[in-house]
Amino acid sequence: MRLADTLRFARDAATSYPMRTTLSVLAMSIGVAAVVILTALGDGARRYVVSQFSSLGTNLVIVLPGRSGTGGFNPANAITSTPRDLSIDDAASLLRAPAVKRLAPLAVGTSEISFGGRLREVMVAGSTSDFIPLRNFELAQGQGLPEEDWNRGSSVAVIGAKIREEMFGNGPAVGQLIRVGDRRLRVVGVLKSLGQGLGMNTDELVIVPVALAQAMFNSNTLFRILVEAKSREAIPEAKEQVMNILKQRHRGEEDVTVITQDAVLATFDKLLGALTLGVAGIAAISLAVAGILVMNVMLVAVTQRTGEIGLLKALGATARTIRLAFLAEAAMLSTVGALVGYLLGQLGAFALRQAFPVFPAYPPDWAVIAGLGTALGTGLLFGVMPARRATRLDPVQALMRH
Amino acid sequence: MALIELKGIERVFQLGDSTVHALTALNLSIGTGEYVAVMGPSGSGKSTLLNLLGLLDRPSAGSYQLEDRDVTTLSPDEQAQVRSQRIGFVFQSFHLVPRLTAAENIALPMMLAGIPSRERNSRVERALADFGLEQRADHRPDQLSGGQRQRVAIARATIMQPALILADEPTGNLDRHTGDEVVHLLEALNASGVTLVVVTHDPALGARAKRQLVMEDGSLKQDSAHAPG
Ligand SMILES: Nc1ncnc2c1ncn2[C@@H]1O[C@H](COP(=O)(O)OP(=O)(O)OP(=O)(O)O)[C@@H](O)[C@H]1O
Ligand SMILES: [Mg+2]
Repeated sequence: MRLADTLRFARDAATSYPMRTTLSVLAMSIGVAAVVILTALGDGARRYVVSQFSSLGTNLVIVLPGRSGTGGFNPANAITSTPRDLSIDDAASLLRAPAVKRLAPLAVGTSEISFGGRLREVMVAGSTSDFIPLRNFELAQGQGLPEEDWNRGSSVAVIGAKIREEMFGNGPAVGQLIRVGDRRLRVVGVLKSLGQGLGMNTDELVIVPVALAQAMFNSNTLFRILVEAKSREAIPEAKEQVMNILKQRHRGEEDVTVITQDAVLATFDKLLGALTLGVAGIAAISLAVAGILVMNVMLVAVTQRTGEIGLLKALGATARTIRLAFLAEAAMLSTVGALVGYLLGQLGAFALRQAFPVFPAYPPDWAVIAGLGTALGTGLLFGVMPARRATRLDPVQALMRH
Repeated sequence: MALIELKGIERVFQLGDSTVHALTALNLSIGTGEYVAVMGPSGSGKSTLLNLLGLLDRPSAGSYQLEDRDVTTLSPDEQAQVRSQRIGFVFQSFHLVPRLTAAENIALPMMLAGIPSRERNSRVERALADFGLEQRADHRPDQLSGGQRQRVAIARATIMQPALILADEPTGNLDRHTGDEVVHLLEALNASGVTLVVVTHDPALGARAKRQLVMEDGSLKQDSAHAPG
């Protein structure tokens, strides 16, 4: 039989049993749609987290006071009990490291801000002029912190968008004097609104010079030192140099932890990648189930059409012809199912993106290819068995059941 | 020349513990162009014989020569080829494919044989005209009368221009009048040279054939070709 005839014959056979055909197409399309939507969800989560982390800054190396737990028990630490603090001078000394492009010390605390009788609690970040560019923040008005001696904090502040709105309404903010804690500060800049992200919410932040923040909170320690390496390749070098300089300054004790954004990112990336894979695995199982359903449908078809198979044999059809006809039918059912499922899945992902615009719910290409491939593969595989059974039927026996 | 040559044919069915001898020690020779009626009581083995002749079934023992070729030893694919090119079937219950139109049912053997659709169409058109089915080309079997269905079935059986037409009670599901029409069609085919073997319960129909075989208990009880007198 010619290929075109085989396909037409299979199509007519499929469409003449609408219930059976609809069921198996439905099963297959649900399987494929599940793969597309679930992996879109998983991969969307991964991309969301990755983009959030990337927005922290580029090529970041972060210094934390204290030894991380992974270093094991150190008797020296046990005696000194509290690790040595990070100081502004520690931060300044890191500028010596050749792999470091720029850095910003960071001291944080909460305080109260007031202007014109309005009062609210705020998060205060003490840092230096490089903090804003290093964290990829942008200014809506005015300018950032001044370039000055880090140990001499002038009385200025950069405020978040929401603080500006609450304190000043529609009035001008830049140039106004506000009170933060017991200090009077001049507003020099306003940050652009970024919305809620990972890390701190900049909309409700007040940024002041680091020395001023330390004086306000009556401490001389830093919460973090944010270091930007010269390039992505320089990150490990920068980490090493930072570690060495601080070790030297702290009398040979490794009492700080240096983490790189890359490492954190890679961990999350791996974790969420695994999640996506797991989800895809579950979806693949549903696909296999759909394949088995197609097989059952085809087995029923073979039984239902036993008489027809006998007739075809009587009319001179070879085993191959009959096998191909049933295989073509199974292939059609799963192809249509796969395509319908793909469209449904893309529609679902689109709906997800409409509902949650921040969430990039796009199915990854590999998942789409694997989903469609598995659908067609299982459809064909599970189509083979009924097709073989159809050809093994004895023509007389088959005819008698017509 | 003998078209069909059966020698020592046995067909034994195994039903659980019991064995049924549907055909026993059957010898039969049918010449090219003959018109043969097979008669006999129910269960005497008429259909079994016809199925064997049509290569739908294999004998348990014996040899079957079709056109001087031993066909019992052919592979399934070779047998399919013989069925496709040399044999046409007409069944009591028509055996049309319900989802296909009359034209498509007639074209089915050609489609299975891989004949291009252009040639198929012209041959189907001619067949529809020959069998008075021009107005019914696009009707499905359930939209046809019994007589029309059987005419479609005969058109289908002859479309590959076979040497042998096997009809198992072709008028069994038809009234007298339409049955006669169908018989005339088959006889016209026979007149054009096609060998015709008809199984029937109807003595009048059997009498029309030039040669009558009467079966009983799986063997030939009477063959008018060798009848005494
Ligand atoms: N597939 C089968 N399995 C078991 N026994 C069978 C089978 N086919 C036929 N038989 C037996 O073989 C014998 C001959 O059957 P066959 O169908 O050839 O009779 P028949 O002459 O055509 O009868 P009828 O006039 O009723 O159609 C019967 O006894 C029948 O029961
Ligand atoms: Mg019979």
